[in-house]
Amino acid sequence: MARPLSATNDFVVKFANVNGSGSASANGLFVKAILRMGVPVAARNIFPSNIQGLPTWYEIRVSGQGWLGRRGGVDLMVAMNPQTWDRDLAEIEPGGYLFYDSTKPLPPEKFRPDITVVGVPLTRICNAAYAEPSKRKVLKNIIYLGALTFLLGIERPVVETLLSEEYASKPALIPANIEALALGFDWARENLKPLGLKLERADAVGDRIFVDGNTAAALGAVYGGATVCAWYPITPSTSLAEAFTDYCKTLRHDPETGEARYAIVQAEDEIASIGVVVGAGWNGARAFTCTSGPGVSLMQEFIGLSYFAEIPAVIFDVQRGGPSTGMPTRTQQSDVLSAAYASHGDTKHVLLLPEGPGECFELGAQAFDLADRLQTMVFVMLDLDMGMNEWLTAPFAWDDRRKLDRGKVMTAQMLEAGADFGRYKDVDGDGIPYRTYPATHPSKGAYFTRGTSRDPYARYSEEGAVYVDNMERLLRKFETAKSLVPAPVHRAAKKKTGYGVIYYGSTSPAMDEALAQLEARGLHLDALRLRAFPFAGEVFDFIAKHELVFVVEQNRDAQLRALLINEGGVDPARLVKVLNYDGSPITARYIAGELAKGMGAADVAPTGEMAK
Amino acid sequence: MTYIAKPAFHHPSLQKNALGFTRRDYEGKVSTLCAGCGHDSISAAIVQACFEIDLEPHRLAKLSGIGCSSKTPDYFLGASHGFNTVHGRMPSVLTGANLANRELIYLGVSGDGDSASIGLGQFAHVMRRGVNMTYIVENNGVYGLTKGQFSATADKGSKSKKGVVNSDAGIDMVALALQLGASFVARSFSGDKDQLAPLIKAALTHKGAAFIDVLSPCIAFNNHKGSTKSFDWVREHNEAVNRLDVLLGRLPVTTQYEPGELVEVQQHDGSLLMLRKVAADYDPTDRVRAMSYLQERQAAGEIVTGLLYVDPDADDLHDALGTVHRPLNQLSDRELTPGAAALAGINAALR
Repeated sequence: MARPLSATNDFVVKFANVNGSGSASANGLFVKAILRMGVPVAARNIFPSNIQGLPTWYEIRVSGQGWLGRRGGVDLMVAMNPQTWDRDLAEIEPGGYLFYDSTKPLPPEKFRPDITVVGVPLTRICNAAYAEPSKRKVLKNIIYLGALTFLLGIERPVVETLLSEEYASKPALIPANIEALALGFDWARENLKPLGLKLERADAVGDRIFVDGNTAAALGAVYGGATVCAWYPITPSTSLAEAFTDYCKTLRHDPETGEARYAIVQAEDEIASIGVVVGAGWNGARAFTCTSGPGVSLMQEFIGLSYFAEIPAVIFDVQRGGPSTGMPTRTQQSDVLSAAYASHGDTKHVLLLPEGPGECFELGAQAFDLADRLQTMVFVMLDLDMGMNEWLTAPFAWDDRRKLDRGKVMTAQMLEAGADFGRYKDVDGDGIPYRTYPATHPSKGAYFTRGTSRDPYARYSEEGAVYVDNMERLLRKFETAKSLVPAPVHRAAKKKTGYGVIYYGSTSPAMDEALAQLEARGLHLDALRLRAFPFAGEVFDFIAKHELVFVVEQNRDAQLRALLINEGGVDPARLVKVLNYDGSPITARYIAGELAKGMGAADVAPTGEMAK
Repeated sequence: MTYIAKPAFHHPSLQKNALGFTRRDYEGKVSTLCAGCGHDSISAAIVQACFEIDLEPHRLAKLSGIGCSSKTPDYFLGASHGFNTVHGRMPSVLTGANLANRELIYLGVSGDGDSASIGLGQFAHVMRRGVNMTYIVENNGVYGLTKGQFSATADKGSKSKKGVVNSDAGIDMVALALQLGASFVARSFSGDKDQLAPLIKAALTHKGAAFIDVLSPCIAFNNHKGSTKSFDWVREHNEAVNRLDVLLGRLPVTTQYEPGELVEVQQHDGSLLMLRKVAADYDPTDRVRAMSYLQERQAAGEIVTGLLYVDPDADDLHDALGTVHRPLNQLSDRELTPGAAALAGINAALR
């Protein structure tokens, strides 16, 4: 029998539920209560591509130290789904706890000897208190929340306040929920002892907010001046368009007339979505769509048009498990190559790589400046983990002095003053031409936009030299982009080292913790978090300065590594793959294990399992 | 498509419209379509229509897909911005352009290959959304650029130039547009400029989704015996339900028509559509009747042309979305970014 785990403000709880059972609300309240106690949490919804009936999990990392990535392993399993009992049981750390509904007795072989079993007869309590099936179904979740509130030392008034806030618009539901909470709390208090896992009020949350990346990106689009959104529902990007709609409804109206300063179209498919975006971008509005890998596949032709005809457009790509339908509700970083080189012919696109909601907001807004400045497609690469899960992050900030960068737009005055307008002329040597919005001037500045080859004055031309000149200019523009996109974030190790690690996006929180763990073991690496493609020169300087660089990413084929090799001519032998692609977010434990192994450390346990 | 511009010179005594533009000001580059192509006649009708309604050339945005027809916007209104998009997807691009700036006049030009095959989905949705535009399909029933394959509007039983008989049913774009909710639906014939030019004038002044299907025989691949899209066939089977005149911003002069033969329809902008009836009891404001009339005449082997349906009080997509009247692409930073104070409130709600 392993010794029962004992920890304060530092443990992992996982709820195993059934999709459609109404557990999400109770689990969310559990997390918010901990946050209100000033203790940081990281929560991840692991859900099936299904309406109801299939297993769903909610994993909560409680970390007084503030680690927001997945740690790996589970200290307390709240096993509410008999269907997944065996695998849920297996995930519990030695000495950990199993919380279950003990209404029906289970034989001893259904438990592990090295864990502490905590049984609460939830169904019995619930059925005794409520006759209506609908109440029984929903309030059972609140009863287990009540029991956990006692068992973990959560402040009960905090949960009660949260329940009042949750049902503020339906006040009739508040007493029933508070009563259910009391049923669970009181039963546990009378029959059980608190667990070794404890919560204590702290002051480690500060003014941070708790928000998902899709919501943050949508808000970034609002602040970035996006006026046209065309989208087609697809997991995991749908909530981005919905959040944009909600924010626009409250933030974007003419105060006098109430008219909308935005236009949102739920298009008939992804192709139409990006078509609307391209049309709006051509006509001088800031426009975006949000989608996932399958949507990006459908949009390829328009993406090429945006690149070649040089039309600003923004795509938020919330990546999920591919290829094909793959795992629609699981996370991956597997659209990197298909976005970077999207469409046919020679194309390259700007990718922005936020690490979490804070950067989803910031880079979400910046994407529109870059698209206008570079007159091209810009992808903002989120993933399901970042986009659909709520994260603790610094409050959003906006400088009211900030101006939206509309790029090189030739006005009627400039044309009238005699400026020589050639739509694709490289006037400034940076590869970026000037454009005019339609109807700028009665007789000057009109041109024909097309996906076919043309000369600097937008005149159709199939002359080889003209085509090559244009394609070279587009490369110059891409070179210019390197100085405009967000720079990578470099973090030097405390001791000089020949090892480096490159990573991006939602891998970041787990990487932070993994690096700290390795440092504590005397294993040092310099770290570089990429925030954009094209890669600035310092990315390749970083690689050149290290004997071995690990590239940590969440796909099978090491797509970021391939992009680094392709764009920088890097010797592949110097870039070591560290890959997680089972659909669940990468863990600090896994990263630390793999990097330690790669650095030749003797004790690399625990490792092996990809994301556990 | 061509890069050959027409000479700027024109005769000083050319007639000018109210804005001082001559018809030449509405022309574009030299067409590279086959000599005698019906599409060039349509371009000429567009030029005439724009000239006659005193449209400022630069305030029109012309968009197209891919194909012979989609090349034509280069051949008219050279002072306008044009956009040759991708095959079949012009409607979505036009929708986006329209959302960005509702003040311009949008003209979508497409073909039967572009709109009835790959683009059928987008055609359907641009009509049901009521995008304020004029959408012209230059319909020849054939793929001209790839040398003569049947398009989806080719009638079942019609023959290709090589003698192949089409075994698939043809798609009637007009019937579709009526069913999909277009608020202005017409059909015409490229060889009947007297009918076509007024229809284009009316469509350009119509608020809402205006659709004109123009039968435009392909002289290279679909103008032979056995084709139901040839000049001869269309001339022989054409049944015009009405003849149209459009009167803009002035009092209607009705005395030139015989009493009892006229239908007047006032559009949102005050323009008056004067319909001189040819078909007895044809009511162009009755969508259901228009659909059944179309089917009846089609069963009788006739091609019905004219203004088949109009809803003079139609809403457009901007009405549905409640967007501001100023173009979205002209809103200032202050009107778009809610500012730091609003963000503070959002942050507070996320704790």
